[in-house]
Amino acid sequence: MFGKLSVSAIPFDQPIVMGAVGGASVLALVILALITYYGKWPYLWKEWLTSVDHKRIGIMYIILALVMLLRGFSDAVLMRSQQALAAGASHGYLSPEHFNQIFSAHGSIMIVFMAMPFLVGLMNIVVPQQIGARDVAFPFLNSVSLWLTTAGALLVMVSLGVGEFSKTGWTGISPLFEKRYSPGTGVDYWLWAFQLAGAGSLMTSINFLVTILRMRAPGMTLMRMPMFVWTVFTTNVLMMLAFPVLTVALFLLTLDRYLGMHFFTNALGGNMMMYTNLFWIWGHPEVYIVILPAFGVFSEVVATFSGKRLFGYKSLVYATAAIMLLSFTVWLHHFFTMGAGPNVNTFFGITTMMIAVPTGVKVFDWLFTMYRGRVRFTTPMYWTLGFLTTFVIGGMTGVLMAEPPADYLVHNSLFLIAHFHNMLIPGALFGFFAGYAYWFPKAVGFRLDETWGKRAFWCWLIGFYLAFGPLYILGFMGMPRRMAHYANLAWHPYLIIAAGGAAVIMMGILFQMIQLAVSIKQRNATRDLTGDPWNGRTLEWATSSPPAVYNFAITPVVHEIDAFMDMKEKDVVFRKPDQYHDIYLPKNTAAGLINGVFAFLFGFAMVWYIWWLAVLCALGMLVTVIVRAADDDTDYKVSAAEVERIEHRRFQQSTAAAMNSPAGGRIAPEIVPQG
Amino acid sequence: MMTTDTSTIDAVTPGKFEHPDTIANQAFGFWLYLMSDLVLFATIFATYAVLGRNYAGGPTGKDLFHLPYLFGETMLLLFSSGTCGLAMLAVHKDKRNPAMRWLAVTFLLGLGFIAMEINEFHHIILDGNGPDRSGFLSAFFTLVGTHGAHVSFGLIWMGVMIGQVITKGLTPPVQSRLLRLSLFWHFLDIVWVGVFTIVYLMGVI
Repeated sequence: MFGKLSVSAIPFDQPIVMGAVGGASVLALVILALITYYGKWPYLWKEWLTSVDHKRIGIMYIILALVMLLRGFSDAVLMRSQQALAAGASHGYLSPEHFNQIFSAHGSIMIVFMAMPFLVGLMNIVVPQQIGARDVAFPFLNSVSLWLTTAGALLVMVSLGVGEFSKTGWTGISPLFEKRYSPGTGVDYWLWAFQLAGAGSLMTSINFLVTILRMRAPGMTLMRMPMFVWTVFTTNVLMMLAFPVLTVALFLLTLDRYLGMHFFTNALGGNMMMYTNLFWIWGHPEVYIVILPAFGVFSEVVATFSGKRLFGYKSLVYATAAIMLLSFTVWLHHFFTMGAGPNVNTFFGITTMMIAVPTGVKVFDWLFTMYRGRVRFTTPMYWTLGFLTTFVIGGMTGVLMAEPPADYLVHNSLFLIAHFHNMLIPGALFGFFAGYAYWFPKAVGFRLDETWGKRAFWCWLIGFYLAFGPLYILGFMGMPRRMAHYANLAWHPYLIIAAGGAAVIMMGILFQMIQLAVSIKQRNATRDLTGDPWNGRTLEWATSSPPAVYNFAITPVVHEIDAFMDMKEKDVVFRKPDQYHDIYLPKNTAAGLINGVFAFLFGFAMVWYIWWLAVLCALGMLVTVIVRAADDDTDYKVSAAEVERIEHRRFQQSTAAAMNSPAGGRIAPEIVPQG
Repeated sequence: MMTTDTSTIDAVTPGKFEHPDTIANQAFGFWLYLMSDLVLFATIFATYAVLGRNYAGGPTGKDLFHLPYLFGETMLLLFSSGTCGLAMLAVHKDKRNPAMRWLAVTFLLGLGFIAMEINEFHHIILDGNGPDRSGFLSAFFTLVGTHGAHVSFGLIWMGVMIGQVITKGLTPPVQSRLLRLSLFWHFLDIVWVGVFTIVYLMGVI
């Protein structure tokens, strides 16, 4: 009846795990109780869970990302503290079994359930507005993607309390992940969580490619698209072409584990290294999938806060496109030590070094954008400057490892760990934080607190150097990655410093939570009534904050790269049109959420071999899709009178704000440069 | 700065852009999906190229494949592509009954293809040469089976569409779905040509 599932699947004997499970469960119960107490279920259901509005979906994606950031960071704290303790005679407080699950969960969560939802959330909120569209091309598909990703994240969370998580790293290690060597449920949780999220990402990519290619406002040629739209476009091309490879790699492993096939086994004609190749054919583009949108955020932020058009727009576009193409030609640098031979390694070494060139072009473009600009040092700008300085160091260590003989020396050492955290924390996460602060007023309607934001930034930056600087040194000292215990006491002091770095980053995260609480509390003083709190340059600032459900009452026409700045210079914003027209928007639907619930139960059933439930859920998904697809009445009308009422209120608000502001409502007073 | 004078406002005249071209967007999105599906098949083909000769002492393609049988199977699928085209011609001419007839014929031909494939798999497995026998057989069953699973989903889709044509008629949304179904069906035909060549023809050489 319940497959392999029994009460013994819950690890009652492990106090640390049970503490985490208990804490998470209590927190979830408290949240559910509060929602019930305040009677917010109808609101939540109508306005959020069943919403297909790209702005709502984007916010839900980002909430998911922030929750998973906390989970992934808890794993990081456990690892850093274990390694600070487990030297020589001491074995720390985590068993190797548990430690292996922690590093696997940390990587899986941070890439697939933190970085991906964060970037998809940002692009959901921003891209349709930046191109002057009402929504994405397929709003329902968008909802399906969100709930598939959430179902995957939920599987990872459930693995904490029911069964175990994979012990074979976030990338999977062949043939260790085969049934024979990993008979538990951990690898299966990892497999199905990735598959669900991967399917969601694939649908997202198709959705956004159609949106960007076919739904831009008139006049917005490709070379007038905002830089963020360009980076999202390239990222989605990568997602569309790379995710199927991951799907196949994981599917083949599924066949190995469930049906005893021989794809990645070391017997009967399997090929272990094929897995590693397939995984990284997805895995390397994936690095750029998460980094490129962050580059887009930095481009928007640096132009806005320097008060200048982006320097070298075209070169940035071409550099982005070059990175997109090159990212498919470098995967083998993840395993130079496989022994593919000098010619193969040389080829991939050279392509890897080449990819540093367009990245360098971008760095110079950002620097020259600031040059002779009137730079306003806001929180998003802090993240950008922190990124520029730190990322360049990570880039240089990457070029070092692009040299196959040098790579042999540091392969799978902590040097590598330091390198890729040095790329992804400043390169991706700082970018997402910059975007979070930059677009927060647009999405929610009020600004985030600057003081706490800057405090959080300094903790993250200093904490980052403290946590990962020592890992570079340890890598040179020969310390391998993923060690639950080590005998070499010379490593110990560095690992204590690294643990201190993690503590400083923890302060940063704490400050970000305080920032959110403080900002919500003082929201009436920081409301963005104009829709344009930063004197922005692109079209998303032409809508109100938060935008009306239809974004633009009248579709704008674009003449320039920085379309909104162009309109402001010609003084054609904040004007009323002759008349408004009816607007058609997609209706809410529960089908996406229902599909996600089925997907989660399907994944859970597959992990525990509960076949009847798996079949039932697969049928459930199929029927949901068929029923929904047969519905021809998916739109509703916002009448012209209703549009006029909403727009009229907005004009009143922005005029009042303009009266009270010395800068004519264009620039919020506290961020006007002094002197 | 606020004014009700609207003569200078630069905006699109409504009607021109108010209704995004949904059907064309759907067709374009489906093309993109097909391209990503092509990557999926390409990856499985690559896997087959790596493992296709790893017999591990088990049977080879020569021992298992009967070309005349497979030729018949192939013909069913290729002809179903033709009849699918005839169905779409009828759809474009807005002729509901011929469209349904050709869709039904396509469905039956596809069903015949799947039945023959299942029969082939059944015999190979009964002889003790299941997918867990060797790397070659794992790759064989997975590549051919993935194509077969796609065709099966196409059949479900086709069944649903025949139902929609009966209940809704050839409305624009139904036509849009039929267009995408036919794209999918022809796509699977092309993939099968690759499967037939690389797995079966090269397997018996």
